[in-house]
Amino acid sequence: MSDTLTAPLPGHKMPHEDYLNATYGIRSWLLTTDHKRIALLYLGSVTFFFFIGGLFATMIRIHLLTPSGALVTPETYNKLFTMHGVAMVFFFLIPSIPAVLGNFLIPLMIGAKDLAFPKINLLSWYIYVVGGCFVLYSFGTGGLDTGWTFYTPLSSVYSNSAVTPAVIGIFINGFSSILTGLNFIVTIHTMRAPGMTWFRLPLFVWAHYATSLVMVLGTPVIAITLLLAGLERMFHLGFFNPALGGDPILFQHLFWFYSHPAVYIMILPAMGVISEIIPTFARKPIFGYSFIAGSSIAIAVIGFLVWAHHMFVTGESTYAALTFSLLSYLVAIPSAVKVFNWTSTLYKGSISWDTPMLYAFGFIGLFLIGGLTGLFLACLGLDIHIHDTYFVVAHFHYIMVGGAVMGYVGGIHFWWPKITGRLYPEALSRAAAVTLFVGFNLTFFPQFILGYLGMPRRYHTYPPEFQVLNVLSTAGASILALGYLLPMLYLTWSMRYGKVAGQNPWPATGLEWKTDSPPPTENFHVTPEVTWEAYDFQNRPDLGLLAGASPLAPAHGDD
Amino acid sequence: MHRTGELYGHFETLEQQKESAALGMWIFLVTEVLFFGGLFLTYTINRHAFSTAFGIGSNTLDITLGAGNTVVLIMSSLTMAMAVWSAQVGKKRLVSIFLIATLALGTVFLGVKAVEYKQKFDHHLVPGRSFDMKYHPAHPMPGDDLKELALEKEEVDKAFAQDPDINAHGQLYFSLYFGMTGLHALHMIIGAGLLLWLIKGSFAGRFTPQYNTPVEIVGLYWHFVDIVWIFLFPLLYLIDRHR
Repeated sequence: MSDTLTAPLPGHKMPHEDYLNATYGIRSWLLTTDHKRIALLYLGSVTFFFFIGGLFATMIRIHLLTPSGALVTPETYNKLFTMHGVAMVFFFLIPSIPAVLGNFLIPLMIGAKDLAFPKINLLSWYIYVVGGCFVLYSFGTGGLDTGWTFYTPLSSVYSNSAVTPAVIGIFINGFSSILTGLNFIVTIHTMRAPGMTWFRLPLFVWAHYATSLVMVLGTPVIAITLLLAGLERMFHLGFFNPALGGDPILFQHLFWFYSHPAVYIMILPAMGVISEIIPTFARKPIFGYSFIAGSSIAIAVIGFLVWAHHMFVTGESTYAALTFSLLSYLVAIPSAVKVFNWTSTLYKGSISWDTPMLYAFGFIGLFLIGGLTGLFLACLGLDIHIHDTYFVVAHFHYIMVGGAVMGYVGGIHFWWPKITGRLYPEALSRAAAVTLFVGFNLTFFPQFILGYLGMPRRYHTYPPEFQVLNVLSTAGASILALGYLLPMLYLTWSMRYGKVAGQNPWPATGLEWKTDSPPPTENFHVTPEVTWEAYDFQNRPDLGLLAGASPLAPAHGDD
Repeated sequence: MHRTGELYGHFETLEQQKESAALGMWIFLVTEVLFFGGLFLTYTINRHAFSTAFGIGSNTLDITLGAGNTVVLIMSSLTMAMAVWSAQVGKKRLVSIFLIATLALGTVFLGVKAVEYKQKFDHHLVPGRSFDMKYHPAHPMPGDDLKELALEKEEVDKAFAQDPDINAHGQLYFSLYFGMTGLHALHMIIGAGLLLWLIKGSFAGRFTPQYNTPVEIVGLYWHFVDIVWIFLFPLLYLIDRHR
């Protein structure tokens, strides 16, 4: 990465040798065991699947511009929302933060040279790619029309779409998740640098530890479930087919036993990102560190106990429904603890409005709405009315997009200087963040109203009185798309023309900021020894923040 | 990351490397518990719902072969543990011998399994178009020893009367039988591959008291596969046995 095209700030030069230029050639990337390069391999592939899922979303929103459906046949519409869900959930949301940011940062944050099992790390990327190929093959040979939830017997018996390759692909992809989680757990247990005790770990690491617990315990269940459904389809067996003595509700229980914890796989890492951004841009230690750490574990544990809140209308007993409803309310408590603690961190902080902070604020607001509406859905009486409507769709998009994706994009921005050694243009990035926020709300808030008024989800038509809200939603989607496109453009631009960042542009307190940007392949020239607490802005003279030090330049680059 | 001796470059010490490998294998085994667990749950629910058909199905399995296989597998776990011990005390020749013994016993298990699968095929008990639980033991094939049959014809006819859909439910039983024992056999084949790799390493003298982690963690895996069979055998073979 040459620094000859940009005049470097005095004192900031690109390191002579880093992980990006240490070796050259495609084999050095495709056969790498460097966690940082593997993270970038994942960045490429999850972005690819984001585009695929986004393409289907675009087609859905265009189709829903008119009440009778403008674009596709009803059968094709079923395929659009199914493939949108499969691509986004399994190939974008679940891997995104752990496989990109987690892979890159965890060894750096704990002072290790790599993850515990670097070759398994590479293997997990290849497994992801193979699984992705099977799913793309399914998309290209007739698509998938069962819903991303694959309910039986539609998926295992009656559907005429390419179900079998899709379930094989998702089955394979599950092992990518399992191996990543396994790698993280072992790494965090055994490879912390001297002095890096559990309670000095960054909360990003705690969040990923909790996420990895869920990945490791939950994913095998969906693996066996999809395997059984696939076998049923291929060999006409009868596990879930009532005509052969099987039980479709068994499928639903097995499916949701993973798929509910899966949503915590998607949100916990994003919460970890927010827990890093807020203290940095409030220049204050985070409020209630051990409660935030503990709440991550609590969410992971309680998250395994709520799955049947997806099945309130299947005829489960009132007592079961009450239990799952109560537990679903319970799981909101640790999430609320986090929101309160982030907010309390801001009190008497020195707040700056850098782009990552904008995404963090966006996250808090949108996650609040998404999480609270989850409680509406967990209320039994209310769920009868709003289950399977656009209210559910809006709820989970607020969490998944307003929460997880904002956390992902904010994290990419926050650690971009570390990953690439460059800063992005700040004015443009702030504009993009605001665009994303506006576009997001315009897309999904009308859907709450639509759902409450009774518009069902997964329907290719709707009553004409709902058109205005649908049009607003589609308009919002176009703005949202712009909000995603802009970072892709200026981040790519910045890799060559961005201002050189230096070791710690913000400055932030994590160990990853005490090495070069970009880091050398072995992460640290000398194994660090940790003698300070997490987020301790007071006792870190190396950050240059003490009274009497030169007034802080804004953290961002060129404006 | 390059290797100096047995130490990979990203680890600080051999001790850290060994600790990581062991923890990694334990976590992997936990995922395997959850994986097989889904199958066991499906089995449990269906057994409760269709106990008649499951009883008949279970009685068609050859209990001698099943029990024999159980003993074979337990012994293979013993030889595996002995291999680990031999490595820990530095008896390199014994490591190879015990690893080969484990592989041999595992192969015997798989061979017996193949024989059992063929029996099922011959007796029309493979789920699919030719499935028929009435075919055996009610209508034995030439060469079957009538005294060996677990059930009398009257018991089978009574079961068929009790459960009019007994063939559909019986197919569920055998789907689970092949699914569970098949998945188990797949894990054993993978284990056999790992053993071959270990045997190769043991011939090269790689495993010493200072470094025997691969033997230890493959041992953990092998013991796990054994434990799965310990659960499978009673659940599949021993329903409603009263002889």
